[in-house]
Amino acid sequence: MADSDLANLSDQLALGAVLLYVVAMVGYALDLGFGRRRAGSAETERAEREAPAKVLVGTAGAETTETTETAKAAGAPAEGSEDDEPATERDWGRFAVLINVLGWGAHLGMLVTRGWAAERWPWGNMYEFLSAIAFAAVTAFLVVMARYKARFLGAFVMLAAVVALGVATIWLYTPVGPLVPALKSYWIAIHVSAAIVATGAFTVAGVSTVLYMLRSRRPAGETGGGTLALLPGADTLDRLAYKVTMFAFPIWTFAIIAGAIWADEAWGRYWGWDPKEIWSFVTWVIYAGYLHARATAGWKGRRAAVISLLAFAALLFNFFGVNYMFSGLHSYAG
Amino acid sequence: MTETRQAPAAEAVPQGREPRPRGLGVTGWLRWGWRQLTSMRTALILLFLVALGSVPGSILPQRGQAPERVVEYLDEHRTLGPWLDRLSLFDVFAAPWFAAIYILLFVSLAGCVIPRTRQHWRAMRSQPPAAPRVLSRLPQSARYETDRDAAEVLAEARRLLRGRRFRVADGDGSVAAEKGYLGEIGNLAFHLALLVLLFAVAAGALFGYRGNIVLTEGSGFANSLAYYDQFTPGRQFSPDRLAPFSLRLEDFRADYVKDGERRGQPLDYSATVHYRERPDAPEKTYDLRVNHPLAVGGAKIYLLNHGYAPRFTVRDGQGNVAYRGAMPFLPIETRTYTSEGVIKAPDARPEQLAFQAVFWPTAVADTRNKQVLSAFPAPLNPTVSLMTFKGDLGLDSGTPQSVYRIEGIGKTLQPVRGGARLLRQGETFTLPNGAGSITFDGTQEWISLSVNHDPGRLPALAAAVAAILGVIVSFMVRRRRLWVRATPGKGGRTVVEVGGLTLGNPTAEFEDVVAALRRDEPRAPTGSDDDTEE
Ligand code: HEM
Repeated sequence: MADSDLANLSDQLALGAVLLYVVAMVGYALDLGFGRRRAGSAETERAEREAPAKVLVGTAGAETTETTETAKAAGAPAEGSEDDEPATERDWGRFAVLINVLGWGAHLGMLVTRGWAAERWPWGNMYEFLSAIAFAAVTAFLVVMARYKARFLGAFVMLAAVVALGVATIWLYTPVGPLVPALKSYWIAIHVSAAIVATGAFTVAGVSTVLYMLRSRRPAGETGGGTLALLPGADTLDRLAYKVTMFAFPIWTFAIIAGAIWADEAWGRYWGWDPKEIWSFVTWVIYAGYLHARATAGWKGRRAAVISLLAFAALLFNFFGVNYMFSGLHSYAG
Repeated sequence: MTETRQAPAAEAVPQGREPRPRGLGVTGWLRWGWRQLTSMRTALILLFLVALGSVPGSILPQRGQAPERVVEYLDEHRTLGPWLDRLSLFDVFAAPWFAAIYILLFVSLAGCVIPRTRQHWRAMRSQPPAAPRVLSRLPQSARYETDRDAAEVLAEARRLLRGRRFRVADGDGSVAAEKGYLGEIGNLAFHLALLVLLFAVAAGALFGYRGNIVLTEGSGFANSLAYYDQFTPGRQFSPDRLAPFSLRLEDFRADYVKDGERRGQPLDYSATVHYRERPDAPEKTYDLRVNHPLAVGGAKIYLLNHGYAPRFTVRDGQGNVAYRGAMPFLPIETRTYTSEGVIKAPDARPEQLAFQAVFWPTAVADTRNKQVLSAFPAPLNPTVSLMTFKGDLGLDSGTPQSVYRIEGIGKTLQPVRGGARLLRQGETFTLPNGAGSITFDGTQEWISLSVNHDPGRLPALAAAVAAILGVIVSFMVRRRRLWVRATPGKGGRTVVEVGGLTLGNPTAEFEDVVAALRRDEPRAPTGSDDDTEE
């Protein structure tokens, strides 16, 4: 296939991915709305409150193996009650996951064909970079969903992915082309890939944190009140955000260090406080602040969440603000 | 459920919530101040200040990166500028207030981590703490009855826990076990590595140097101060740290996209250089490219920039050669490499000659505007336009002059009437009134190199790698304690209580242990899914 055909295919796959994500988003939203009864989510909440720190409450026999962990991880009523639900209601979730995975496949295809057409790693400009970040975010979500049964994040992550791909296609689109000499290095595979993976994971953590902020405005256990009540308990969201951040932080650290090694190779210094470096550092420092805040008793919950959101804002600013507002050495911008 | 990092029995980090000392005297206050400084909350605030303090460095131009833009900014903001300057806001990362923040942060870090290291060392060598009285109050607990007797249960527990690499200690009718010390070691290693990183960066800046040099094809330099166009030594630098290497540029090539939408976009730059590590060492050849620096004598040499150096021969009115050579021109537009420069011929007689020139690598006529343009950055049709001046160049006055500018136009130097001309490569322009001639002999290229010696580079890299490994380990391994108590119960049965405490999220291991202890029971609980250990 000619390079231009591949490039066209890539553009079409991008469109396909967006459409599938939109459908998946609707599916996840319906799943939240119908698949999860309010009572169910209130039940989770109650279970969490009543067994504040018991993972396993075993008395005399092994009857009560009901654990908060499972209830929480499911982000849903305990397994038993889900079985009671009519099949039609539960199917929205399965449907959404199926479409989501198809969309993910199209997204992957988009990146692969793009890289193939350009004969290089497909992250040499803002269009490619943002598309790859959206891909990393969806991937991180799929992993989190498989591991922690966090399907409730689906609608929101899909929304973020659709917005990102939309912005990339509408405003940042760049035809396939070669790299400028400064970007020709195997470090692009290492440094940029790490930054993409970390950013994708931070995005999922950010989504969870935003939901946590909304959810925790209500005193625990209060039912009623719109869609928020459909979400799992505030603690679940908070813990999920923390875990995903703990995954992303070392990768972000690695991305910064790999960037420094590359800068040493390309520009003759490993750290020169160029705007991109400054904001990566700021992001890193604020996330470190978040991890510290979580580790001390006094700063848990909403205050820690605010720090996490600040860090995420710095991350986004590093991507959009810095590239368009300041002139630096990072040559993929613009 | 909330994290229980600060376990009741664990070494608590000072929380900075102590009452202020009253009447404790100087040492009391000092101790109180030290505790405040090394508290987690202070660390948090200092981290924020570092982040906040870095931001102006990205908004305002910085002397370290773009001194000319600082001058420009000061020109444009005559009232605000000097105030910002007084606050070191054009030098944020060398500012005293920025140094104050990060030094406080690192003192706090040292004050926090070093005692913790000592504590951890002790904890690792002492027995796991004895079982608390009420195991059911712990974050993880289980209780069951069995027919086996207490000693048997405890022996089994000991064997099982040892097998799971717990450190085990016997209590009174109970067993205490602990493991996961590596997590804390990782955390400590991470923080200590940050300290090392800071020192490495500082040492590199103190003892290293950085210099810039422009070389045209065919020319070379030896690593000594005299050759550098610009040289920035560290505070502790001394010239004998300059390794005695020398280097010569043979040829520079640039590749560009030849057609299509991206015509003219650079694809690759490459410079063939020959170098000797020492004056008596054999000459070696290197292909110097972007992202591909040359390491020699502890320094690294980078290809930074390139441009054109057209070659001219100037003859004066008496027919003698007054100048011959290649003169570096500065690109005024990098897309097409239209460049400008000057040629000075102070040896010309009877009067000194100078030329102001614009160079187009691929000249084409822009018919609409009656102008010459460069259509491509490579030298496909090299052409210069010249403007001639004669008089006194002012080179004898003693003040140094830029090689890229002519000074004294209209004062000591007068434009030559009829002295403007477009020349293609190979052509000669005979100046009016027998003032001489100038020949455009050929086109060479120049490169600018950055020579950089930073002795802190490798230690900084090692520290950074240690930091990453440390933080990964600290996130993956959790310190956890587990206690088993067996007491005789009713009817000859034994009541077994198990309690677990994890510094961090509870792990599923607890349930596994309980399940294993109860293997012989009819309905052993299955462990809940593990969502803790990433
Ligand atoms: C240069 C600034 C610092 C950075 C970037 C930093 C970063 C981090 C990170 C990423 C963690 C998470 C690792 C983990 O949870 O195991 C952490 C944990 C920790 N940090 Fe720092 N830190 C800094 C300064 C400090 C200071 C000044 C203190 C003491 C006052 C401190 C005390 C701690 C403690 C006690 C933990 C462990 C919390 C826990 O997990 O129980 N750090 N730090």
